Order: sequence, then structure tokens, then C-alpha cells
Amino acid sequence: MAGGGATGGSVQSETYREARTLLLLPAWVTLGLLTLAPLMIMLIYSFLTKEFRGGVIWEFSLEAYDQFFFDRGLFGDEPPKIEWTYIGIFWRSIWQAGAATILSLLIGFPTAYFIATRPERQRALWVFLVTIPYWVNLLIRTVSMKFLLRDEGPLNDGLMSIGLISEPLGIVNTNLAVQLGLFYSYLPFMVLPIYAAVERYNFALSEAASDLYAPRWAVLRRIVIPSVKPGIIAGCILVFVPSLGSFLAPDLLGGAKTFMIGSLIEEQFKGNAGNWPFGAAASMILLTMVLILLMVFARQSRKEEA
Amino acid sequence: MKTILKTTVAASALALTAGAAMAEGKLVIYHWFEYIPQELLDTFSAEYGVEVVMDTYDSNEALLASLKAGAIGTYDVAVPGDYMVQIMAGEGLLDTIADGELANKGNIAPEWADPSFDPGRAHSIPYQWGSTSFAVNRDAYSGDIGTTDILFNPPAELSGKINMLDSQGEVLAMAALHMGIPQCSTDRDQLKALNDMLQEAKTHWASFNSDTAKEVLVSGDAAVGQIYDGFAAKGREEGANIEYAFPSQGYIVWMDNVVLLKDAPNRDNAIKFMDFLLEPENIAAVTNYARYNAGLTGVGTFLDPTLATQPESNPPASAGAGVFIEVCDQATQEVYDQIWTNLKK
Repeated sequence: MAGGGATGGSVQSETYREARTLLLLPAWVTLGLLTLAPLMIMLIYSFLTKEFRGGVIWEFSLEAYDQFFFDRGLFGDEPPKIEWTYIGIFWRSIWQAGAATILSLLIGFPTAYFIATRPERQRALWVFLVTIPYWVNLLIRTVSMKFLLRDEGPLNDGLMSIGLISEPLGIVNTNLAVQLGLFYSYLPFMVLPIYAAVERYNFALSEAASDLYAPRWAVLRRIVIPSVKPGIIAGCILVFVPSLGSFLAPDLLGGAKTFMIGSLIEEQFKGNAGNWPFGAAASMILLTMVLILLMVFARQSRKEEA
Repeated sequence: MKTILKTTVAASALALTAGAAMAEGKLVIYHWFEYIPQELLDTFSAEYGVEVVMDTYDSNEALLASLKAGAIGTYDVAVPGDYMVQIMAGEGLLDTIADGELANKGNIAPEWADPSFDPGRAHSIPYQWGSTSFAVNRDAYSGDIGTTDILFNPPAELSGKINMLDSQGEVLAMAALHMGIPQCSTDRDQLKALNDMLQEAKTHWASFNSDTAKEVLVSGDAAVGQIYDGFAAKGREEGANIEYAFPSQGYIVWMDNVVLLKDAPNRDNAIKFMDFLLEPENIAAVTNYARYNAGLTGVGTFLDPTLATQPESNPPASAGAGVFIEVCDQATQEVYDQIWTNLKK
């Protein structure tokens, strides 16, 4: 049966080899136009001279990258020192996104495991329930989160009325609020890939391990988690990457007091600074970081497969 | 054959005129959020048989960025603030209104007929004018609020409960007033002192937000908020116990203006719309809605009587001077950008 299927496949691919290029064309055009072309524009812009109040002048310049890495003082005429401002903003964003990812994993893994272990007919309903809040626009969800968390909101009112706290917790406008917002925004991106992985997991392996006297913790750590690892990695990437560039949660829940990568870049294009090459350079640096991260993950998983 | 050809030509001609008629019947406005009553747009729409489409922005800078990024040619009119009219004219984003094109131009109040930001009103007409200062929740603080110390060096009970506008122009202009230095100062000591003062002041601030400047005061999330006068009046009417301050150091005065954009796809309708807004009754409807002031003569009889006495429009004798936000040259602006980045790093 399996052998017959494989043979059929190769015959088909022989027949359609010529058509394949044509059939793949829409995908290549989409990728090229919608992904590569904008990236190329950003890359080129990052090496151009900035025009006052937004725009670029078509002259090669390393000014944008210089501004990112070197501090020349308030008036731009001091000897260059290492610029910590933007590195600090990047570090803070990585830290926030990382915290949101860990939080999502801690809640998302048990949720996904729970769904995957329900009777088959119920699973679709549970997945459906997880996705319902995401029919609503991200902006609305983030504002709602703020209403829940604020000092006069239901969370503080509830905790105070049952006497757990006597003062509002003051969560809004803190880093914690940003992390909770990011966690809530991207949780399904963690749940769904892990669910897909756990659903394919053969639970007979767990039973076999238990029969051989493996404690439950060891079953989870040495059998379940390694088996569903691709799902966990996919989930972590899907939560971490958009969190890193997010600016809605930092603006609305964090009070916009400190730039995150996303809001720093937004300010360069939409704000008073109007420094497009710098915004493009910051985007390219962010992109490079994410690419390196993904390559490390990819290499890691290939090594484990081998 | 001939008949078929004729029919086709006739049909195409019909389609073309139909298309042209539809294009004539449209007006695309680029406007601030929550700044024009829908009924007024409906009235214009019905009176002139024009379909009105509106997009919104949340800051002068966002408007400029969007137009420079390619939106010019999509919109007919926009509503930039005073300094932004000057910048947009300098960037060549505005069309010139010829003499006699606007039938109602004579309705512009004399003091707004020849403003420094648009000499002779070549590109713009007045929309609304007002002030930017701050409002204080009187349940949280009962002391004197007629000083910019409330924002930049607040008493202990207000520390950590302050929302600032997320707008470089408004924050830095207010800071310059607080320190008594010129807005586009190039004096190094003054700029360093400004930078240091803001770093210190920031430790007392809870958030930067423009869109929700009113909501945070109404909900009680903030006890002090930098805010526009009309927004403060609306907040007060929504039940917040807030008082709008006119600090003795001075406050910001602004005027928003309807401008004719370059390459407006429906230029004729844009002119009609501007003439429509130059009629006292119509601009009064905006004033009644937004709680600011119109820049036309003869508006008085159409205004909501409470507007004349609303505290947000009547500075006390102790108030400092009202000043416009100034446009700095590139080298100076870059230093101010740096100060703003330092503030938010």
C-alpha cells in the first residue's frame, strides 16, 4: 500500500514536471512581490540619506547605522561612544517578548494537551473556543485588556471585594501589563501548533513507559515533550517574533513611556522624527536578529534529527 | 455592422459620462478623529449631491507622513494644525486657492485672515482654534493649578498620575514655557537643562497617550492630563470633576485649518466643501460639537450659549500668554528629536 502510493507519486511528478513551474508561479510572484520587494526597499532605504521631515534623498549614507551604534552626544559633535539607547530598547523588547513567550508556553502547553486528550468529537469545539476571541480586532482586545487590569477595573475590584488586596495593584502602565497583553494577544499561536503535535503523538508510548515504571514526570519530560518538540518550537517562534515587533501592547498597556522596537520604528516613519533611513536600518537590524534566531533553531532541530 | 458600432460608441460614451458624474459626486476628507459631527457631513452630502468619504489620523505628524508616503492625490482636503500648514506648504503638498474661488472667504474673522503660518490664506481656511494645556482632577488635588509645575514638578499627591500627550511638539513647547526659554532655542546650556528637566519630570509621569487623553481623566486612570481645551470640556461634561488650567507661564494656542491638497481628485467639491464650512451656521455646528472656537465672524447666534461661559474658553487674568508651536530649522529640530528619544528610551 505504502509502496504503491510512493510509485504513483513519482509517476505523477514526471508527468507534471513542466506544469510544475507554471503552477508554482503564483506562489513565487506573491513571495517576490509581497515579501522580497518591500524588504529590498527597506534595505536600500537604510543606506540612503534622510530627508528632513520624512522621505529619502538618493545618496548613499551609513548615517542610519552610525546613529544606531554610536553616541555623539546631544549636539552630535562629541567623540563617538557606543550608543546604548537603541541596544537598550532592543534588549527590553527581547526580554518582554521572551517573558510573554514563556507565559504563553506555561499556559498554552497544558491547554493544548487538554484539548488533544479530549474525545475526538469534542476537540473541534475546544479549538473553536480558543479561537473565538481572535475574531475581534487586536486593538479592541488590547483596549479590553486595559479595562480589565486598570485600578478601577474588575480585576482589582474583585480582588479587593474578597479582601485579598486592600489597594489596587497598579498593573496598567507597567512592564507586567505589556507582558500580559502580549501573552493574551498571541496565546493561540502557541496552543494550535502544540495541539497539532500532541494530537499526532502516540499515547501508547506513554502507556508503555508507565508499564515500565516510569514516573509521570519522567514520561512527560523524556517522552511526551521530545515527541511534540517541533510543535513547541513552532509555537514559541510564532509568539516571540510578533511580540518582538509589537507596538500596540506597549503603547496602550505600557503607557508608551519607553520605546519598544516596534514603537521606535513607528516613530521614525509616523512621528515627529521623520527619519526613514533610521527606521529602515532599525528594521533591518531586527530582521537580522530574528533570522539568526530562526537559523539557530533550525540547525538545532536538524542536529537532533540526525 | 454600422449599427453595432454606433451602439457600442454610444454605450461607451454613456459609461464614460456616468463615470465622470460619479467622480464629480465625491469628496475625500482626511481628518482628525472625533472632530466633525456626522450630521454636518450628511447635510453637505444632501445639499450638493456629493458622496463624502472620510479617513482619520491622530497627529499632525501622522498626516504628513502618510501624505509623503504616497497618499497625496487620494485626498481632497485635510485639517492640519497651524505649524503643519506651514510645513506642508513648504513641502509642496498644498494647492493654492485662487482669488475669488471661495465665495464666503469674507466671513473669516479679521484676526485669522492673514496668519503667519499661511499668509493671505493662500492654501487654507480656519476650522477651529483653541488651546492646549492640562486638566486636573479636583478630587485628587485641591491646591493651585495655575502653574506648569503641575506637569513638570508635581506635588507628591499627583506624582505618578500624570498622562502627557504622545506628541513631541506639544510636550516640548510646554516644557519650554515651563523653563522660560524660547521654543527653538539653540543655546546649548538651555537645551541641556531642558533635557535634564524632562528626564526628572518623566519619573512623575504615568503614560504618554493622545487618543485617550480624555478617557484617562474621565475613568480616573490619570489625575492630571495634558489636553486640548475642548477635550477637557467634553470630559467635564461626561462627569469628570476636572478643571482646565491656564498656567501663569503660558499655554499653547493652536488653530486647525482646512487645506486644499495638491492633486486633489475632486478639487471642485473641495472648494464647495470649504465654502460650506465658511458659512457661520455650519462651522458653528462643528464648534458646538467639538467645544472649541470658530475663526469666522457672525457665528455667535448659532452657538450653544454654554460655550461662551465655559471655563475652558475663558482664561483667567492670572493666565500667561498663549503661544503657537514654532517650526524649527533642521539642525535645531534634530537636537529636539534627540531630546525626545532620550525621554522615551
